[in-house]
Amino acid sequence: MATFSEVLQSAYQSKPDQVIITLQQAGFPDRPITYKDLLEGANGYAQTLAQQGIQPGEVVILILQHGVDLVFAFWGAVFHGAIPAIMPYLTEKLLPERYRHDLEALISVTQPAAIVTYPDFETEVRPALKPGDSVRTLILSDSIEASGVPDFTQFAGLQRDPEDIVLLQHSSGTTGLQKGVALSHQAVFHQLENLGVALELSPQDVVVSWLPLYHDMGLIAGFIMPILTGIHLVLLSPFDWVKAPQRLFQAVSQYKGTLVWLPNFAYYFCAQKIRERHMKGVDLSSWRAVINCSEPVRDDGHQIFVEKFSPYGFSENALAVSYAMAENVFAVTQTRIGEPLYIEDINREILQTRKFALPASNSNASVRMVSCGKPVPNVSVKIVDLNGNALKDRRVGEVAVQSNCMLNEYYHRPDATKETLLPDGYFLTGDYGYKVGEELFITGRKKDLIIVGGKNVYPMDIEQLAMEVDGVHPGRVSVFGIFDEEKGTEDVILVAEVDTQDEAERQRISDQIRAVVTRGSAIALRHVYLVNPGWMVKTSSGKNSRYANRERYLKEINGK
Amino acid sequence: MSQAMITILAQKIAQIILKEPNRTIQADEALISSGLIDSFSLVDLALLVEDEFGVVVDDTELNPDSFDTLEQLAALIQSKQ
Repeated sequence: MATFSEVLQSAYQSKPDQVIITLQQAGFPDRPITYKDLLEGANGYAQTLAQQGIQPGEVVILILQHGVDLVFAFWGAVFHGAIPAIMPYLTEKLLPERYRHDLEALISVTQPAAIVTYPDFETEVRPALKPGDSVRTLILSDSIEASGVPDFTQFAGLQRDPEDIVLLQHSSGTTGLQKGVALSHQAVFHQLENLGVALELSPQDVVVSWLPLYHDMGLIAGFIMPILTGIHLVLLSPFDWVKAPQRLFQAVSQYKGTLVWLPNFAYYFCAQKIRERHMKGVDLSSWRAVINCSEPVRDDGHQIFVEKFSPYGFSENALAVSYAMAENVFAVTQTRIGEPLYIEDINREILQTRKFALPASNSNASVRMVSCGKPVPNVSVKIVDLNGNALKDRRVGEVAVQSNCMLNEYYHRPDATKETLLPDGYFLTGDYGYKVGEELFITGRKKDLIIVGGKNVYPMDIEQLAMEVDGVHPGRVSVFGIFDEEKGTEDVILVAEVDTQDEAERQRISDQIRAVVTRGSAIALRHVYLVNPGWMVKTSSGKNSRYANRERYLKEINGK
Repeated sequence: MSQAMITILAQKIAQIILKEPNRTIQADEALISSGLIDSFSLVDLALLVEDEFGVVVDDTELNPDSFDTLEQLAALIQSKQ
């Protein structure tokens, strides 16, 4: 069993001139990066970390935009034997104070020794640092040692053990940033082997990705996997893609891309926003698989995608699905590439009331389910009830996973780690689903988590923000997700109790809630619904019952 | 001309992008840097301009350095007509 550093040292020595990454940035020529470029660029960062006294095994937070600095900084940290964790960059929408609040939350739990960022960003980061906290140095991207031929005897990363933690992966928001998934070299390599078999990966594959690197899908499938397995990666920026989704298709055509991972909303987004003129000369026939991952999968999104892109050589059999999570490094299941998806219509009422997935006889009252495929090799999935007992086929329960590629722990969070493990070592995912044979279907979520465009949103983070608005009762705000059929992802709805009956005042509160949430979380609320005191449904223990509030909201809205 | 263009843009943005048809947008109100038009809607803005005015806004222009207000957007459109 190897480590990241050993594998890349070997690639550097055996195939230095192989282009491993092609970096695309709107308005600039494509930039090919060979293994030689990658290791020599990363070497500068590794040397800088060493000079700054960062010890192997210490965490280094990377706050850099999607681009070559981030690529080199990540691998530089690995070569130094430090543990990189990528923090999302500040966007235009987000208030700098709120960003610093999130950064402080991350620092308090993760205890990083260093932060790497741009000189321009130093003023944003500095105020988040407190005397006596763990951060000993702020490293600026313009003071990095020049890239150069690496002296492998100096790479502390080569002294790491396969069981050691190699990276941390967080989801967004205050809550997500306080729960870092710690992964070992060994776990990642196991995942890559398992996934490689499931995808029938070959050196001829080309991965094209626009996914952010602070998310497991982008970090593993769209970054680490291709780089460690020698597969060409064409890397686009998420900021470029969202303004011009056609760039993905143009890149696939230009570089003969074979594998792309997309969250469910992206199927709708691409099909709706791309025009014929964007697709001139685009040939998608190289595409082996477009893998739907990280959001609930919808067949109608697949259908509009096929309709839109089959004239350009996209084959319906390239539609694929995976169920994945950072705690398993990445893929838990994967559909068979090149084969039609397993889709079934389930009786909606029996599913909801009896938690049983009965194939429907009447399509009007059914819900269409798309299988996420079978577990990849060395991963087992079972469906369990509240007591952790395994359920039979078609019974809906919580999805539990065991594998040879599980997380080491939630970093510095033994409480959270313990909470999610069954006595037999299975990890409780917080997702509900059912099995038919080995096929896994996901039906919902136990946690109140909302997934917007593939990004995890914790309702309590948003509720906390809204409570800051004058006129809103603390503890009397409820946030939940509602599926948006047109966009193929969830919309975020906020309900708040207010005392005033004055229309103008209510409008002011509503506008302020929108503003504070947008600037505090970068989430745009679909609807702010103000209600009178006493509306909110609470659980017997006085906790916010988001589920019940959502039901009540839907009833009132649909009744109008 | 410019004023008429700003009026049309304000209406269409409120209706199609913000989905709040009654929302008024000032000619000098920040659209992008304020987060009013979020990143997922920038492409809608480009398509809206293309449909209304027959002008293509390049995706590299969809940022507050190129335009941030209706006035600036109208000027950008006029420079392309």
